[in-house]
Amino acid sequence: MAPGKTMEPFWWSLFSVGGVVAAFLVPVHLFLHGLAIPLGWFSVSHARLLALVGQPLVKIYLFVLIALPLYHWAHRFRFILEDLGLHGFRAPIAVLCYGSAVAGTVATLWVLIRV
Amino acid sequence: MSEARPQRPGLYYPKMPLTWWLGRPGYVRFMIRELTSVFIAIFLVELLVLVHKVGQGPQAYADMVARLQSPGWIVFHVVALAFALYHTITWFKLTGVVQVVRVGDHKVPPSLVVAGTFVAWGVVSLIILYWLLVRS
Repeated sequence: MAPGKTMEPFWWSLFSVGGVVAAFLVPVHLFLHGLAIPLGWFSVSHARLLALVGQPLVKIYLFVLIALPLYHWAHRFRFILEDLGLHGFRAPIAVLCYGSAVAGTVATLWVLIRV
Repeated sequence: MSEARPQRPGLYYPKMPLTWWLGRPGYVRFMIRELTSVFIAIFLVELLVLVHKVGQGPQAYADMVARLQSPGWIVFHVVALAFALYHTITWFKLTGVVQVVRVGDHKVPPSLVVAGTFVAWGVVSLIILYWLLVRS
């Protein structure tokens, strides 16, 4: 990498895309899977869900829904920690945050390929 | 992985108390906005586990749904939903500032751009609800 260049734009673009995905898709899924289905307001059969997660397009959708906002989290959480005054640990914080998001991406791929 | 903001010699970091953001309502709102991402990430990990359980069979899925019925999880999801909505609202309000939309020579007013994102959000949410619940 050329001197003076950073990875910042790369992580920032993932942050931005993840933010859009989270803004559009997370509330409805949180409502459905976190409240409506557990509280019995709606019911979706297991067979229906299994058929859905078996479809390639749904797998891609779930990958976008789950993996991209993890980078959004990584970016924001990194700067929360820095804003709280942990300036001395910039490098380990960045590695920990973005590394967790990468690990989450791998886990998401693993689950979606196997399901 | 390179460090995104290199530690430049001579860069000055003022010493702030850990609670500096409690000083002004705007700072508190900023921190809440940044914290929304934590709740969203926790839910998405949970969703991934749910997908995994669906793959393991009807019993595993039913057990997971039963666990999510506990008061602790319901309270967590109510709080998480509030944070997720706060993220959506703040994010869409920002798009009006960041994204300039032009029609011909005219700039679309930011308030209209913001309104458009909210309408799109509603439509997308309804499509997902329809797809999961009605088409079953």
